[in-house]
Amino acid sequence: MNRINKALQSDKKLLSIYFTAGYPELKNTITILEHLEQSGVDLVEIGLPFSDPLADGPTIQASSTQALKNGMTTEVLFEQLENIRKTVSIPLIIMGYFNPILQYGVEAFCKQCQAIGIDGLIIPDLPIDVYQNEYQAIFERYGLINVFLITPQTSEKRIRYIDSVSNGFIYMVSSAATTGKTSGFGDMQMAYFNRISALQLNTPQIVGFGIKDNATFKQATTYAKGAIIGSAFIKHLNEFGIEKIDTFIKTIRD
Amino acid sequence: MSYNINNNGYYGKFGGAYIPEMLYPNVEELRQNYINIMAEPDFQEEFQQLLKDYVGRPSPLYFAKRLSEKYTTKIYLKREDLNHTGAHKINNTIGQILMAKRLGKTRIIAETGAGQHGVATATVCALMGIKCVVYMGEVDIKRQAPNVARMKMLGATVVPATSGSKTLKDATNEAIRDWISNPTDTHYIIGSVVGPHPYPDMVARFQSVISEEIQKQLLKHENSSNPDYVIACVGGGSNAAGAFYHFLEDTNVKLIAAEAAGHGIDSGESAATSALGREGIIHGSKTLLMQTLDGQITEPYSISAGLDYPGVGPMHAHLYDSGRAEFISVTDADAMKAGLELCQLEGIIPAIESAHALAVFSKKQFKPNDVVVLCLSGRGDKDLDNYINYFNI
Repeated sequence: MNRINKALQSDKKLLSIYFTAGYPELKNTITILEHLEQSGVDLVEIGLPFSDPLADGPTIQASSTQALKNGMTTEVLFEQLENIRKTVSIPLIIMGYFNPILQYGVEAFCKQCQAIGIDGLIIPDLPIDVYQNEYQAIFERYGLINVFLITPQTSEKRIRYIDSVSNGFIYMVSSAATTGKTSGFGDMQMAYFNRISALQLNTPQIVGFGIKDNATFKQATTYAKGAIIGSAFIKHLNEFGIEKIDTFIKTIRD
Repeated sequence: MSYNINNNGYYGKFGGAYIPEMLYPNVEELRQNYINIMAEPDFQEEFQQLLKDYVGRPSPLYFAKRLSEKYTTKIYLKREDLNHTGAHKINNTIGQILMAKRLGKTRIIAETGAGQHGVATATVCALMGIKCVVYMGEVDIKRQAPNVARMKMLGATVVPATSGSKTLKDATNEAIRDWISNPTDTHYIIGSVVGPHPYPDMVARFQSVISEEIQKQLLKHENSSNPDYVIACVGGGSNAAGAFYHFLEDTNVKLIAAEAAGHGIDSGESAATSALGREGIIHGSKTLLMQTLDGQITEPYSISAGLDYPGVGPMHAHLYDSGRAEFISVTDADAMKAGLELCQLEGIIPAIESAHALAVFSKKQFKPNDVVVLCLSGRGDKDLDNYINYFNI
């Protein structure tokens, strides 16, 4: 069974962390992954940096720009991750925009992911219909889970369609915003979390965008299976360094 | 082979809507409604009326006698430079503001490079009394102070894009991020035939008035509605899309796209997308774009801010790929020379974008009886500083 599906079967609420590969320094990828696993994170999204990240706010944009300056490329990331499964066993997802993957070759990319032990992909600008028509068979051939997004504006009909195509979890975007822009969850978000929960989808949901501390993590996981932290983690990394990852994760969990 | 868009939103293999789910409801709403709305009689009536009385259409098709003599061929200039706000951009913003109103939107956002599309958007927002926010690269804000002032006078808020290279590409990114964050009340008026489907098609349809008029006007001048050649400059490609539109399927009419080669195609400072680009995805569209081997979008360069874009509309990618249109690279130097030549031969100061199209005459020999229509997309008032500095006037 795919590591993602296995993690989703556990009883606890899952904490997922996003970080941009190659940031703050090119060589940090493995160290960050090891620290995240040791501090009890359940799932990690490794960001493949892109020059024009449309869905991301300033924090992730800046980390992507820096990572590219540091020399991060698809090739370099795959080299860095070559032996990752010797030291890290939690589920790993690569999150990236479609163009760099298209240039690498979608099949070659998926094949490389399988060889390394990557469990799934999140490609925000790969539309679900294109995925179904052109790439689903390739993803399945290499045992990769593909994660789709829903937002507060996504219609129920489309959510049910996305649910039917999903094979891991649904990435539930908490509010109409780019990453790192939301400050706390109000009644509107809680009502949205509740509404999605009431749909009783087959695919578990993990909430992202706007989770930054223990309070928002708890709110996000009131109904959902887990929550993803990206911008807040990158800010912490920037301020306190890799050695303090454990401290950050503890504050979320407690 | 068809050169126009197919039912799935593609021109050949180019086009589509490669967008994050956050944009799906807005883009889908537009996709489902744009053709019907444009076909409504009251929409057409309002659109045509504004084009006539507000924009000043039809724009003249002018036989350029001295330019024709110089290049021993028959050259007609489609005078989009005489439109209100000084370029073809207004055709699209008039259409899109009417579209936005019918979709019930109360807030407009736009991106701009040199500021021409920003001014055209701010203009129609003032006309309709709708709130307008224009994203513009921080670098361009400094380079294009008069247009920034114009937008402000017209009541728009100009927001600097401070990410990336702080130019047009980044302004577009910021506008898209704004749309993600304002998913219900806002319409995004894209300024060219770029972006996710249905934008390239919608903008091309609004600009197609250019070739519609060329056909009618040429019939009077030449007793035939079709020229032998149509020439236009291409950045994103909206004036070219409009000038080519009604000739796309008639292969007797040859299409020529002039692309900005900056300091030269091999100089590393260029915006010649057809020559230097590969298939990829930019701003939600699969098209030709300038990128690294690794798929990162690279920074273009051209003396003309309007052509300074690392991609090209999917229609043009298909016209290039299929061989339907000939793409000719024009350097800064070629364009500036051709711009000054038009001033001196015809008494018309062209925008530097349009000067790229004019430079085609020095690169390609036409026959004496060829009827060549060139889309003079904009006037050069905005470029005076550039002309002054370049020629030490």
